[in-house]
Amino acid sequence: MSIELKNVSHVYMPKTPFERLALDDITLTIPEGVITAIAGHTGSGKSTLIQHFNGLLKPAAGSVLVDGVDISRKSNEAKTARRKVGIVFQYPEYQLFEETVAKDIAFGPTNMGCSEEETLERVKKAMEFVDLDYDKYGKRSPFQLSGGQKRRAAIAGILALKPKYLVLDEPTAGLDPKGRESLMDKFRKLHKAQGTTIVLISHNMDNIASYADNVIILNRGKVTLEAPPAEAFSKTEVIRQAGLELPEVKSIMNELAANGLAIENDAFTMDKAVQEITEALRRAGKC
Amino acid sequence: MLTDITLGQYFPGTSPLHNMDARVKIVLLFIYIVAIFLFDNHVNYGIMTAGALGAVILSRLPVGMVLKSIKPLWWIILFSFGIHLFSTPGEPIFKVWNFAMTREGIIQGFIISLRLVLMIMVSSLLMFTTSPLKLTDALESLMSPLKKIGFPAHELAMMMTIAMRFIPTLLEETDKIMKAQQSRGSDIGDGNFLQRAKGMIPILVPLFISAFRRADELAIAMEARCYQGGVDRTRMKQQRLHDIDFWAGGIFALFLVSLIAVQIIL
Repeated sequence: MSIELKNVSHVYMPKTPFERLALDDITLTIPEGVITAIAGHTGSGKSTLIQHFNGLLKPAAGSVLVDGVDISRKSNEAKTARRKVGIVFQYPEYQLFEETVAKDIAFGPTNMGCSEEETLERVKKAMEFVDLDYDKYGKRSPFQLSGGQKRRAAIAGILALKPKYLVLDEPTAGLDPKGRESLMDKFRKLHKAQGTTIVLISHNMDNIASYADNVIILNRGKVTLEAPPAEAFSKTEVIRQAGLELPEVKSIMNELAANGLAIENDAFTMDKAVQEITEALRRAGKC
Repeated sequence: MLTDITLGQYFPGTSPLHNMDARVKIVLLFIYIVAIFLFDNHVNYGIMTAGALGAVILSRLPVGMVLKSIKPLWWIILFSFGIHLFSTPGEPIFKVWNFAMTREGIIQGFIISLRLVLMIMVSSLLMFTTSPLKLTDALESLMSPLKKIGFPAHELAMMMTIAMRFIPTLLEETDKIMKAQQSRGSDIGDGNFLQRAKGMIPILVPLFISAFRRADELAIAMEARCYQGGVDRTRMKQQRLHDIDFWAGGIFALFLVSLIAVQIIL
């Protein structure tokens, strides 16, 4: 099962001088059980694209299928399918509104019609997951938290919905390096532990290199690349054209290869790169 | 979608009407509206309609858009037409219970509707062809004589500019928050009045917080640039009258003279 987009197009402000084609005939598949990264330059249509995944935006043409169900229909089946997709928007802390953190996180499950015990259970689980102690922070106002804590509280609000597909739009924007890493590790843990399918929107290619199993590159509303990372990062030209940079590790490896070091050059993470370089040096008899 | 709403009604273009100075446009509009209510000769209505239609053609706007601007006031126009239809004394044509529809009523109702339509049409023409920024600048400059009696013209214009500047920003913000809450399963616009009002809370609270945050940030940014309103400020875009403004003034004067002439002679 998967999220499938078939020939989806989207037009902003149709029939005015401000008309803009944001998505142009997009066909792609987000496979279940893996981490898919969607990368693209600002204005390439990333945010527009993800809003189609749970029906927030309706395509001007084409259809969106979640687990084989067309979500644009009005049936209960379609509603259930839409609820399988949880979206964490950019700067999700701006959506907090309740008096206490616990109440805010309970907003989603309550809307879904969960019982009180079930809701409490979900709130506790979600808070535990994002490292916010229920007893300590549950009764506090979300507006008293620090920036990073707010972000985590807001993310917990989505996790409490227990989405099968979790869409993250630049989840680490504006966080410090340490916060970034720990947040991304939490998502990876979630992916490993519960098999949640993750869609990561980012233009940080280093991040994508270290987390994604599948890379989709958008350029001006079109998919220009859909491949596993090793293959994706070998297509330097396509990545450049989309206004993106290669991951740092990959560009260093390219430089090394260009300067005559006999490496295989399919590494794009730090560990793999170290391994390849030492192997190459060993083969050359230099260590 | 919410962000599909355009700011004001400005419709970018390069027609003579777009290129005119906003101050001239406002003054001419004002005189035109006064003229609509001053002259009541039937020939004059023809001249005024022709003038308005001429301006629409000159603006090179899609005619459908100009007509659409009348749509929100359609009921008011119809209502006043109906009132005049039955309340004007004269030769009855048709009788419903105690109310008689008169020939004079039809004419009167038609005239009133025409006046309203003309008024809305020319006013929206101003909005369509003038960017909000130019509009507030022009208002400030027209109000500036009042500064002598202590009227805060600059501050008022500044406030209007800021308010208009933030309309699209806040709309975008509202749209974002609505989508975020919808993704958490909130159904906006469902249920009875009380439920719907309650459904607004998850949108309004974050919206207010972000509006205050933005206001605060803007104030700090303005202060950091040593902003001081009013006295001795220069502008990046000076408002100057060009040939086109004198042409417009001339043509309008001719139009006015012909109205007065018709009114006196006929």
